[in-house]
Amino acid sequence: MKQLRFWMLAPARVWMALFFAAPLLIVVAYSLLTRGDYGGVEQPTTLENFTRLFDPLYGAILLRSLVIAIVATAFCLLLGFPMALFISRSGRRKNLYLQLVTLPFWTSFLVRTYAWLFLLRDTGLINTLLIKAGIVSSPLPLLYNNGAVLLGLVYGYLPFMVLPLYATIERMEPALLEAAADLGARPFAALRRVTLPLALPGMFAGSVLVFIPCMGAYLTPDLLGGGKTVMAGNLIQNQFTTARDWPFGSAVSLMLMAINMLLLLPMMRRSEDVL
Amino acid sequence: MKRGLSLYAAVAFAFLYVPLFVLVVFSFNQSRFTIWTGFSLDWYRAVFANTEMAEATWNSVVIAVTSSALSAVIGTLAAYGIWKRRSPLLTGSLYLSLVTPEIVTGISLLAFFQLVFRVVHLTLGLYTVVLAHVAFSIAYVAIVVTARLRTLDPSLEEAAMDLGATPWRAFWRVTLPALAPGIIAAALLALIVSFDDYVITSLVAGVDSETLPMVIYAIARRGANPTINAVSTLIVVGFGALIIISERVRQR
Repeated sequence: MKQLRFWMLAPARVWMALFFAAPLLIVVAYSLLTRGDYGGVEQPTTLENFTRLFDPLYGAILLRSLVIAIVATAFCLLLGFPMALFISRSGRRKNLYLQLVTLPFWTSFLVRTYAWLFLLRDTGLINTLLIKAGIVSSPLPLLYNNGAVLLGLVYGYLPFMVLPLYATIERMEPALLEAAADLGARPFAALRRVTLPLALPGMFAGSVLVFIPCMGAYLTPDLLGGGKTVMAGNLIQNQFTTARDWPFGSAVSLMLMAINMLLLLPMMRRSEDVL
Repeated sequence: MKRGLSLYAAVAFAFLYVPLFVLVVFSFNQSRFTIWTGFSLDWYRAVFANTEMAEATWNSVVIAVTSSALSAVIGTLAAYGIWKRRSPLLTGSLYLSLVTPEIVTGISLLAFFQLVFRVVHLTLGLYTVVLAHVAFSIAYVAIVVTARLRTLDPSLEEAAMDLGATPWRAFWRVTLPALAPGIIAAALLALIVSFDDYVITSLVAGVDSETLPMVIYAIARRGANPTINAVSTLIVVGFGALIIISERVRQR
């Protein structure tokens, strides 16, 4: 049995070691090296790549990513909580609604981002309708700004928030709400003082699931931000392609992972077993 | 409060579906602008006449099928091994792979391949994309299969072994058939994730191995184009069919 288990684990161990762990270790090593003349990496080892992160130019990008990711997570919470509550209270239709939430999530992320590009552009549906209705005379600049990026992220990751929230609300004892009502609590008071505190683990779990991909977002800021709204992900991509400064790109990558971990660990503990 | 909640939910569901609906509707529009001028299949004709897209689609299919098959096998074996006895290092790296931003996975693999190519004389191609996709899909498969394993009664295997089956035979004849629906669902999930991936793929694909998301992305970066609406509609329909199949299989 022991031998069988060894051979069963071997392929995954080898694959993850070669194509996940080793590449990450290379990034760690590169982050401590100097940029080569032709784009590669060179000796000597230095911490300069990390000190550069605090340069106002790059610090602003990291800060902007953090703010956008936090605001996107907050919007997902605001939008997702009532949705989860609604689904958990819809009796026989529960599964149908649940599938309606997950279905767009399984349709291509690229397609869903493009859908907003199509809606928000100058000749898109929103601007066309606004002009036809005579509300505006020239198209509003809806695309290629922070707002568009935020919208794209909330749209992309909302299901990640709804599912764990639904899981915690669903596990709640219905008798608790009845007890609250018996004691004279109005529905809203019961929601605020019973459901909301009990749903906290789901909120933490959902926030982790939304925050992490938002923080590392590359595709959404690139397509909907149009190069103006640069987030950490775009900075990394840029350093590895056009700028060809691999050591600095590696340092940004590690910083991004460090921020995620820093927020992830305490949140994971509080999300109990929802994740 | 109840009516307020229903109204809120209706708005939220509209938020999820209206953009996709608009995208699909205007793929059948004559004009390239967002004003309905009449039904037409011109954009679909443009998609099917586009040889670059056809080639990229074929690449995407080859990559998705190969990497989902590989990751289904590797991920299932790993989930079973971990289920038998904990393996903190492997479990840890699988979880870490899930929370690592795609862009970081992508550039780390790019750096890795460039380093390897200094010793081995190879270049980036379709196979580097497959290697990368399997690396991030193993975790998905392992999670789905583990969920299925948890519903399994371990005494079934013990019974098989008491009756003289070897551990491998007990796995092959007893556990694996019970896991099959989970494995198929996991493989479909890996297939979709692989077919859709742009960030990692664009970094590790060779010059001759463009995928469909790469072609779509290149066009979309220059702005909206109804051809993309048409190909997006085809993708949404294709994915939808796969998801419905996978749900059916999972619930069996």
